[in-house]
Order: sequence, then C-alpha cells, then structure tokens
Amino acid sequence: MKDDQIIICRCEDGTLADVKDAIHRLGLRSVEEIKRVKRFGMGHCQGKTCGKLISQIISRELNISYEDMAPATTRQPAKAVSVKEFASYQEGN
Amino acid sequence: MNKKASVVIIGGGINGCALAYELAKKGVKDVMVIEKNFLASGSTGRCGGGFRQQWSTPMNIKFAMESVDIFSRLDEELQYKTEYYQGGYLILAYTPEEIRQFEKNVRLQREMGLDVRLIEPKECLKIVPDLNIDGVLGATYCKSDGHANPFYVTQAYAKKAKEMGVQFLLDTEVIAIDSHNDRITAVQTDKGKIMTDTVVNAAGGHAHLVSSMLGLDIPVKPYRHEILVTEPVNRIFDPMIISFHYHIYMRQELNGGILMGQGDPNEPSSFNVEGSFDFINQVCKKGMKIMPVLENISVVRQWAGLYAVTPDAQPILGPVPPFDNFIHIVGFSGHGFMLAPRVAQHITDYIVDNKLSDEIKNCSIDRFKNMDLDVDVNVV
Repeated sequence: MKDDQIIICRCEDGTLADVKDAIHRLGLRSVEEIKRVKRFGMGHCQGKTCGKLISQIISRELNISYEDMAPATTRQPAKAVSVKEFASYQEGN
Repeated sequence: MNKKASVVIIGGGINGCALAYELAKKGVKDVMVIEKNFLASGSTGRCGGGFRQQWSTPMNIKFAMESVDIFSRLDEELQYKTEYYQGGYLILAYTPEEIRQFEKNVRLQREMGLDVRLIEPKECLKIVPDLNIDGVLGATYCKSDGHANPFYVTQAYAKKAKEMGVQFLLDTEVIAIDSHNDRITAVQTDKGKIMTDTVVNAAGGHAHLVSSMLGLDIPVKPYRHEILVTEPVNRIFDPMIISFHYHIYMRQELNGGILMGQGDPNEPSSFNVEGSFDFINQVCKKGMKIMPVLENISVVRQWAGLYAVTPDAQPILGPVPPFDNFIHIVGFSGHGFMLAPRVAQHITDYIVDNKLSDEIKNCSIDRFKNMDLDVDVNVV
C-alpha cells in the first residue's frame, strides 16, 4: 500500500503520507506539534488510536528512541460527553 | 548555534512570529526567535482565535481595524491557508447598562468607520436562527469581525520568516539577560549565549518573568482562561457570539466543532493551565441557555491558557526604561492574537527606523505612572 492510502488518524482522515510530510517538510518533531498543524488526534477519539502510531512513526523517521519521546498531553473528558450531560451536574449532588 | 543576532525575540507565539516576519520583510538580517517549547505552544495555541473590532477605546478599535485589514490579505501574502473567516461577531446585551454601553461603543466605532450596528433581538434570529433570545435586550453586530486558526497563522508567519532567513530556536529557554550601562548586550539560554543589541519580550503569559531577569517589575499578571470544543457538526452559526454578562464566548470552527470559552473573574493569578470540571459544568449550562440546540452535541476536549493581564486591559508596547533596546510586546489581556499583525508592524518601525508611533506611545509602560487610565470595558 502507498503511504497516502494508509490511514493513521481515522477521525480526521490523516494518512501516513500526511504524517511524513509533517515530519520531513514542516520539520515537526512531536505528536503535540503534528496534532496542532495537521489536526490528528483532535477528533472524536482524541488521539486514542493515532497517538501511539504517530509516536512510532516519528521515532522511526527521526531515529529517536520511542521510550525517550514525551507522551502527548491527554485532556478531559476521557470520552465524548454531551453538553446536556455536563450541564446537568449540580453542586451538592 | 549562531552566537550573534541583530534582534532576539523571546517567545514563538503569534506576536514573536509576526514580528520576525515583519522585520525580515524590512530587510533586517540575523533575526532570531527563541521559544521554550514549540511554536504557538503557549497562549497563542490555546486562544479562541477570534478577531474583533468592536472595542470601547479608540486605540483598540483602530488597532483591530488595521489588523483585520492585514488578516484579510494574509493567506495571499504568506501563501498559507489560515482558515481566515469573516463570520462576524454578535455581542449580546442582557442588561439596560449593557445597552447603554453598547450604544456608546457603536457610536464611537461608527465614527471611526466601522460597519457595526446595535440590533433588536428579533434581528439576531436572522443571523443566528437557533439563538435563544429570552432575556436578550439587543446586540451589536459587526460582520467584518471573524476568526482564523491561531496555529496556522503562527505557522504561516514563521514559515515565511524562516524562508527569509530568520532563525528559530525551539526547545530553548532563556535563563538570563545581560546588560551594561542600561543597554542589553546578550541573552543567555540553556543552549548557549547570544550576543545582541535588541531584545524583544513576546513571552505571553510568562512575560513578567522575562522582564524580571533585568530586575524590571512590569504590571502584567497571568490568569487562566478555559475553553472546550465539541465534535464537528453541521453549520449552526456563523458569528462569534459573546456575552460579557455571562462571561462566555462561542464560535463554530470551519470544520464544524464548536468552541466555548470563559475565564473565572474571581480566580487569582497563576500559571495553572489545567482544565477544570467547574468550567465545563458552567460553560455547558450557559452555552445551552444561549443556544439550546447544543444540548445533544458532545464535548471532546477542554484545555486552558493564560491571559497576560495589565491593569487597564491594554498591552504594554515598546521599550521599557531604563533600557531602550529591551522592547516589550506584552500584556494583551487575552487579545494578542487579533492585534498581533498590526502591532508587529509598529514595533518593526521602531526597531528599524527608531520611529515611535502614537500607538506605541499610547501603550507605553509610562501610562501606569498616572492614575487616569482609559480602561477597555469590552473584555471577556
């Protein structure tokens, strides 16, 4: 399969070719930077699928040990929750 | 590492990167940007991305109008798609006091040539059909306000600046600034020392720490502001919607996600950029009140960033005595993104031609010596 046919980020339709472009053409070196420029990891699953894949690709392409790479920041909520659900919480309950 | 630079800019956010580009465009060689993390990793990358011209002081209105003019040509000038979108700003009034203030604002803004109107609640529905107008007494609407993607705008400036020879040192932290006889001589970083005769402090929420390296105590304090974003949905509304009364703003991104943000006016100054449950709870309540249709849309992420706030909510621009080569672009009080394009040009004029524009003079740190401040009340 060609790089542009291998999906890395399912939520934002990101391919392996896009990740390599971010690394080699744009000079980005971390999941955090690629996330901001390419939107990978900003979709519904918040990087739960693509985060580790992107780390592996960076590690391979830039020859950095996977263990030495800083993990991407994880932010709340852990899973998508509706506005109504969040609004329904009352203090004291 | 290059050990000499004509200008060292501390901070790789929108202000640092826009200035780097403007300096390079004017032919300044050996400009260097030092960034502790990566580009737009601080306040810029965490901001709401709006640009508005509806302000309550003449200086902010003029600044913002000129910035929007630059924004509108930026994609072409920098050859980068920044998601610039003039969807307008709709500012809701819920109290008679707000209506009175808005009448005054609109009068001033129109005098300055801005196409803005005070409209009835019914007309709001024409602009945002899903708006809940219960309690809304009116709104101001300016359709040339809008938003752009802060990451992309920063990247756009930085990429072009790089092509023009600006050097960017990422993952590099400034640890000290050397001076001699009230002149800065060098910047020390964790990767080595850079000799320079001009230093620019564009360090956003950390600006006062940079100034304090030279013993300066500038009146800028960091305050946490929080934002959330929902899953992408079909187009619901075009303008950024603001309420000062509820301390909230919301907009829909071009990809469909809806941003909602607010700061807690009672929260003390800190460097905290963690998201809180209190925020998400409150902003969802308010968001649903203003736009009931949001109720079944899912929140996917929340984050926070720092407003660098001054006593009058206006930035501090230009040299800070006693150093005439230590230039500040700080204290935008939450509005650095939208003003940056124009501010960068004013600062460039000062660095290149030693020209102090009226805007920089107005924003000089000296204003805090007298008590009669022109405070912008249009802050959310």
